[in-house]
Amino acid sequence: MTLQLTVITLLVVMLIALWRACIGPNVFDRVLAANLFGTKTVLLIAAISYLHGSPDFLDIALVYALINYISVVGVLRITELRNEHAPGDRRG
Amino acid sequence: MMLDWVSGVLLLVGSFLLLTGALGFLRFADFYARIHACGVTETLATSCILLGLLIQSDSAVPQFKLLLILLFVLLSSPTSSHALAKAAWNAGVRPRDNRGKQPLPLPPGEH
Amino acid sequence: MELAVNIVLLSLLVTTAAALVLVRGLLASIMLTSIYGLLSASFFVIMDAVDVAFTEAAVGAGVSPLLLLLSVAVIGRHEARNAGARPLFAVLLVGITGALLIVGTLDMPAFGRADAPAHLHVAPRYLLLSGEETGIPNVVTSVLASYRAYDTLGEVIVIFTAGVAVILILASGTHRGSARPHSAPVDTKDPHTILQVVSKTMIPFMLLFAFYVQFHGDYGPGGGFQAGVIFASGIILYGLLYGLPAICRVIRPPVVELCSALGVLVYGVTGILSMLQGRPFLDYSVLADDPIRAQQIGIMVIELGVGITVASVLIVIYYAFANQFETNGN
Repeated sequence: MTLQLTVITLLVVMLIALWRACIGPNVFDRVLAANLFGTKTVLLIAAISYLHGSPDFLDIALVYALINYISVVGVLRITELRNEHAPGDRRG
Repeated sequence: MMLDWVSGVLLLVGSFLLLTGALGFLRFADFYARIHACGVTETLATSCILLGLLIQSDSAVPQFKLLLILLFVLLSSPTSSHALAKAAWNAGVRPRDNRGKQPLPLPPGEH
Repeated sequence: MELAVNIVLLSLLVTTAAALVLVRGLLASIMLTSIYGLLSASFFVIMDAVDVAFTEAAVGAGVSPLLLLLSVAVIGRHEARNAGARPLFAVLLVGITGALLIVGTLDMPAFGRADAPAHLHVAPRYLLLSGEETGIPNVVTSVLASYRAYDTLGEVIVIFTAGVAVILILASGTHRGSARPHSAPVDTKDPHTILQVVSKTMIPFMLLFAFYVQFHGDYGPGGGFQAGVIFASGIILYGLLYGLPAICRVIRPPVVELCSALGVLVYGVTGILSMLQGRPFLDYSVLADDPIRAQQIGIMVIELGVGITVASVLIVIYYAFANQFETNGN
């Protein structure tokens, strides 16, 4: 029963993250939302694999846990590069 | 039986923490407040939920995989919050007050 | 429960797609694309399509946002204002295509019907006999790498071609010979110590996990495609944090270029070996005396070819992009 509750909570949190990703306001909110979405997906897949009783799904959660953070590092590098290109541009 | 209870409580605590974090992420007016809300709750909530699931399973391989997932999330989640805050700061996002209107005073030496 | 989760996930998917069309900033679109990938992967997991979910996890949510970010770094992050110069024409075109697609779905059998064409042709045979014929528990792997090995060869060649195209377009002119380490290392004022330390602990696990996915694909979800993507992600992460010259010292660009062709070669040679013995192309039965053992060897070898090609092509693409923006920066 609590497992179902956890799945529902995860879906609600994903909805909130998606809402934040849609309204912004600045681009880092969207990155944060995508990142939050990623960790919630890890949890959702883990929880669903227990609902199903098929532990194969955990491999997918493991992939996410490993590569979720690459795109955040990518964003960091890109903001740095933009600063080098245009030091005057200080909008978010 | 006892373990079922422990697992249920862990899952509930994790879900509650997730909801609080998401609420902060939705409602706070300032970017750094939002990253704080979900960055702080995320690690404990993830630990609770994954441990709750771990207690429920009875074979070793899924337990090992869950522990690995937990390890990676504990490593990567705070680090990506850090990276993101750093990226935002580099791009010129500055902390604002609770209504998101006034910029807050910065420590000396920063601009 | 499952139905409810499906409905919620699909509505989230539609919302994301709508938002993706409406937002203007390119970085915002990339982030929504990544969310879209995550959602479709969860959806595939619930549909029990574990291998597809695996690919979507690694490609749709992991590497493709990263490649898009790299291209945004090269071209700038704002969409041109006149991007939709003829909106009416575009709407008309999209509307007609969409209507045709919907009309097409009217003929389709209901979802999950037992007498749908997909369940009548070869699928029952694969499901019933693949375990006996190939000795591999994961049906997806045996279909992909043995029954449908031609198609997979085609896919690998498409990936290889994409890599060659990126090299031809991005590494032309003065930087011929693809990415060479011309640029300075990542700026030393701000060395990202925390990220470097954490990534250094994670990268070995990523590479190890890639090998696990590669060689465990016969038994669980995974295989060459996914393993290649995960391996390349580890390498790209290193490159992002330590700079292009550092990663080029670890894996030299000519070596990766060679490897991207080597994977296709391994695949093709396996096929030609069976032709030399008078059997059809990609018939693995010549590789060993026992037919099941031969199937297993054949599948392992071509999966290895797939993995090598996918990983090297992604690394080659990363080198080409990184070379662009790191030299532009200096």
